[in-house]
Amino acid sequence: MTALLAARGLSAGYGAFQALFDVSFEVNPGEAVAVIGPNGAGKTTLLRAISRQVDATSGTLRFDGTDFTGMPAHQVVSLGIAHVPEGRRLFPRLTVADNLRMGAFPAAARVKFDERLAEVYELFPRLKERAGQLAGTMSGGEQQMCAIGRALMAGPRLLLLDEPSAGLSPVMVQAMFDLVRRIRHAGYTVLIVEQNIRQVLQVADRGYLIEAGHLRRSGTAEELLESQEVRRAYLGVA
Amino acid sequence: MAQIFDIFFLEALLNGVLLGGLLALLSVGLNLVFGVVEVIWVCYAELIMASMYCIWWLHAEAHWPLWAAFGAGLGSGAVLGMVLHQFIIRPVLSAEPINQLLVTGGVLFFLQALATVLFGIDYRNMGIRLPSLPVGEMQFSVARLVTFIVAVAAIVATWMFLRRSFMGTAIRAISQDRGVMPLLGVDPGRVYLLTSAIGGLLVGLAACLLVLQYDVHPAIGLTFGPMIFLICVLGGLGNLLGGMAAAFLFAQFISLGGFFLQVEWGQVIAFVFFILVMFWRPQGLFARPA
Amino acid sequence: MNSRGNSPSMYTVLFGVGVIALAVVPMLGLSGYVLHLLITALLWSFIYTCWSLMGRVGLVSFGHGAFIGVGAYTVVLAWNFLGWSPWLTAGLAVLLAVALAAAVGWPCFRFGIVGHYFAIVTLALAEIVRLVIVALRDWTGGTLGITPKPLPEGASAAWTLQFSDKRVWFYAALAMWLIGLAVWRWVDRSIHRSALEAISEDEQAAASIGINVTRAKMGITVLSAGLTCLGGVLYALYQRYINPDTVSGLTVSLQVVFGVIAGGMSVLLGPTVGAVLLLAMSEGLRLALGNDVRGIDLLIYGALLVLFIMYLPRGIVGEALRRRPPPGPPAKVEVGGEGEGEGEGRRVTSHP
Repeated sequence: MTALLAARGLSAGYGAFQALFDVSFEVNPGEAVAVIGPNGAGKTTLLRAISRQVDATSGTLRFDGTDFTGMPAHQVVSLGIAHVPEGRRLFPRLTVADNLRMGAFPAAARVKFDERLAEVYELFPRLKERAGQLAGTMSGGEQQMCAIGRALMAGPRLLLLDEPSAGLSPVMVQAMFDLVRRIRHAGYTVLIVEQNIRQVLQVADRGYLIEAGHLRRSGTAEELLESQEVRRAYLGVA
Repeated sequence: MAQIFDIFFLEALLNGVLLGGLLALLSVGLNLVFGVVEVIWVCYAELIMASMYCIWWLHAEAHWPLWAAFGAGLGSGAVLGMVLHQFIIRPVLSAEPINQLLVTGGVLFFLQALATVLFGIDYRNMGIRLPSLPVGEMQFSVARLVTFIVAVAAIVATWMFLRRSFMGTAIRAISQDRGVMPLLGVDPGRVYLLTSAIGGLLVGLAACLLVLQYDVHPAIGLTFGPMIFLICVLGGLGNLLGGMAAAFLFAQFISLGGFFLQVEWGQVIAFVFFILVMFWRPQGLFARPA
Repeated sequence: MNSRGNSPSMYTVLFGVGVIALAVVPMLGLSGYVLHLLITALLWSFIYTCWSLMGRVGLVSFGHGAFIGVGAYTVVLAWNFLGWSPWLTAGLAVLLAVALAAAVGWPCFRFGIVGHYFAIVTLALAEIVRLVIVALRDWTGGTLGITPKPLPEGASAAWTLQFSDKRVWFYAALAMWLIGLAVWRWVDRSIHRSALEAISEDEQAAASIGINVTRAKMGITVLSAGLTCLGGVLYALYQRYINPDTVSGLTVSLQVVFGVIAGGMSVLLGPTVGAVLLLAMSEGLRLALGNDVRGIDLLIYGALLVLFIMYLPRGIVGEALRRRPPPGPPAKVEVGGEGEGEGEGRRVTSHP
């Protein structure tokens, strides 16, 4: 089975500061893969490298076999990768409906707009209730739903989630991970970066542990949860 | 006596409303571009002047039918907007804001000089005489009425575009969060260019309307350019609705000021009012929260 | 900062030589035209330098035409209608300019109006002054302009500042220019400069360490406005003809900003270089292209301005200084911020 997403020897950084060193990983269709590690480990940079917001200084990125290492950032969605960024980044003064509309901006997505909108409203009935509400006035959990819904409007094959539980109350965090499960069951492939290690490894099939820009360990969710390194990193975070 | 006073006052008031429509249209173009690109087209009025010359020349000198000249005027506006953005503004987008202001200021000088070289400093007229429409004891220029109607229609059309279309939504979104746009498949550069084209189109439309009422001259930009800036800032730079409200307000000051005193005093009062509002609500009367 | 007490640096010496050379110029018997060019250059250098007092700390004014206009028209109107000597009315004009600057500046600074907004508010001020001048056409002659009345018989030229001898004007302009440079230097080396720089970098941080932001900005604004006004006074008395478009309004205000940017905002002689450059450009083009095709010189001028901003954003002096290898132990005046012309540098937005 070809990996849906494959990165080989990926290095990336910001100017003089290198955040990722020679990282290789893959995501297979239908999987949920977690990326865990302490603060500042480079997890967000990894997602940003995939969505091409950050240039790779070396290495390759392949999606369904196609090399997209040099692709301009705004074309990545059309490739099939949707990135829900850290902090959600909704448009605060646009309504929920308009935010979702923005998700369907690419030409291919516009054609399926009505269909996708119905799907998203079915996944997130709360969004349908609040369709006319300004996104900035919603709660953290609702905003996260909207952000994910917006990403789904593009009909992606791979969903990148950057710390979806950040800033949410414990109750909402639980709801968030339930949501991720539901998205998985709807057929989406997910790569999820999280601080909340226990929760994310319960949702994911596999995971990667990143520390200081290096890939320290990989394995199934169970393996990671039992491993020394994760316990160490987990304690470090706690 | 009081009767006549009232009727002429009403006429001035209504003329103010008609003027307000035109100023509102002018403000929409500038506000739209600023809201998206975050650059003020200091040469905005000069772009209008350039399109006016285009229309005048095609109709009065090359004898194109009026509708064709107007079409070309619209087109020239859109092209000017895009060219301005692509070749002049885009290279300085990463420079300091003062340089961005100045580069369009330089275009201001350039366009004035170009118009002078090509057409001289004489006032040019389209040779179109539109009648006046009597309403009771008041007289309203048909040109002004047509201008008002077209302006309002254009504003409504722009509004619909922004509300309903995908690109329109992107235009509304980009000023709220630029960085996330590529993640949604939007190339910000393209949005900038398209917005500049729309701004330019509105410039062209304004030129069509103005050329019906006023003679064109290389320096006419200076007569209404600064006023448009003030109106936009008064309403909150980038705020389309605010700019329109400010436009109608400004127009009343000018119209009523001109009614009671000289024309220039109307403008002075409007400008002073602007400065006073700056004291009270510096971000503009209707600015969004920062 | 400048070394104190040591032997003067090379730059100071060169500058001194240059000033002496200039002082000698009128005695060389050069034509009136050349003297006129020099006077104009000195005058505008002075005005540009005064503008840059504000500009270099991020207060970009598009309205200095207001102060030039106030200066010019106050002295001429007071002489023509009241017979008052310009020595008196210059002071009056400065007070008026300062009052305007304070009236507009204080609310802006108090409420944190910066950047584009500030530029437009100042633009409004310049336009108001222009409109008022035009509206008062019964006194000012409106757009046709106005001339100071000639001296009555037996009146003293010195008292009324109406000298026919260009050489007197040359020394007046030279003195004014030197005063402008001295003020610039004084501000640059005083504690105010650091405070203002801190403000232009980060207002909130500056306020949090006790800098009275509003007062600092007011100070520099009022200084800049008052001095610029004097430039307008000199201009009116020398040119003996003024009209609202050449001394007030958007056009002249823009030209001032261009001049400073062209030369370089952060360096003492930057504005001067800019003034000389713009003058050389416009005169040169006018001479080369003649008056055959009206406006070609302005066309090229406008194009050059645009190209300047696009490709030499730091101005000529700024760029030149940037390319030089760093000097050894500091023995010269520090060039503030590497000729960066910080402006509103704190606004950082990513653009495609």
